[in-house]
Amino acid sequence: MANNTKPRAKITPANPKAGDVIEVKTLISHVMETGLRKDKDGKTIPRNIINSFKATFEGEPVFSAELQPGISANPYIAFHMKVEKAGSLELTWVDDAGETSSTTVPLTVS
Amino acid sequence: MVPLQLETLDRRQFVVGAATAAAIFALFRSLPASAQATTGDFDSVFKKIVGDAQPGDSGVEINLPEIAENGNTVPFTVSVKSPMTKEDHVKAVHLLSTGNPQATVAAFHFTPASGLANVSGRMRLAKTQDVVAVAELSNGKFLVGKQLVKVTIGGCGG
Repeated sequence: MANNTKPRAKITPANPKAGDVIEVKTLISHVMETGLRKDKDGKTIPRNIINSFKATFEGEPVFSAELQPGISANPYIAFHMKVEKAGSLELTWVDDAGETSSTTVPLTVS
Repeated sequence: MVPLQLETLDRRQFVVGAATAAAIFALFRSLPASAQATTGDFDSVFKKIVGDAQPGDSGVEINLPEIAENGNTVPFTVSVKSPMTKEDHVKAVHLLSTGNPQATVAAFHFTPASGLANVSGRMRLAKTQDVVAVAELSNGKFLVGKQLVKVTIGGCGG
């Protein structure tokens, strides 16, 4: 994963109350090379996709996904989360090359 | 002899025969009415997920465009009605394609902390096909939903 591409995450509503279910929208830049395409010399371009995405809140699993080549390039994933208290939401992506990207979303409860 | 044979087909036999024909017709109609034959490994992947369970066919809502102009990025939303409590929640949603080289598109895992069994993303579709979502519930049951998407330009390889 190129280091210049910072993964992005946005929550709606931005200022949740305790007990609210919020939507977490995430986006990361990645080619998601399927391993089925060939270059112009007819050689297969090796597969390189983000195969795993995890979301944890204060160490507790909230949502996770195993991705396959059928997911589009620059994967967008939106999921939901029940907010009980303030804390930080950790998002982690791992690709076939073993490279990891992560970001933290601070959650405050009003 | 011909008139005799006609006579032997009495009313009862006729009724039984007609009912059998109707039953056979209904059986054919109840077979998966896929618009497209499945390619790839859909059948074995589906079997591997549900096992011997008989999946229900309501409760899973798939939101996909009816016509996707670009098969490289087809937005999807899958939502499953569930209280999402510790005792009764959706454990996972498996997103499958029937016409891609590889049937499994993604597996999404939920917890009671998810609050809502709802996930959105963007998928690749190689050609016009049914997209199938299989929800795995915490009580061991399965629910299936599917939707046909017409694809103008395919999005796998090539």
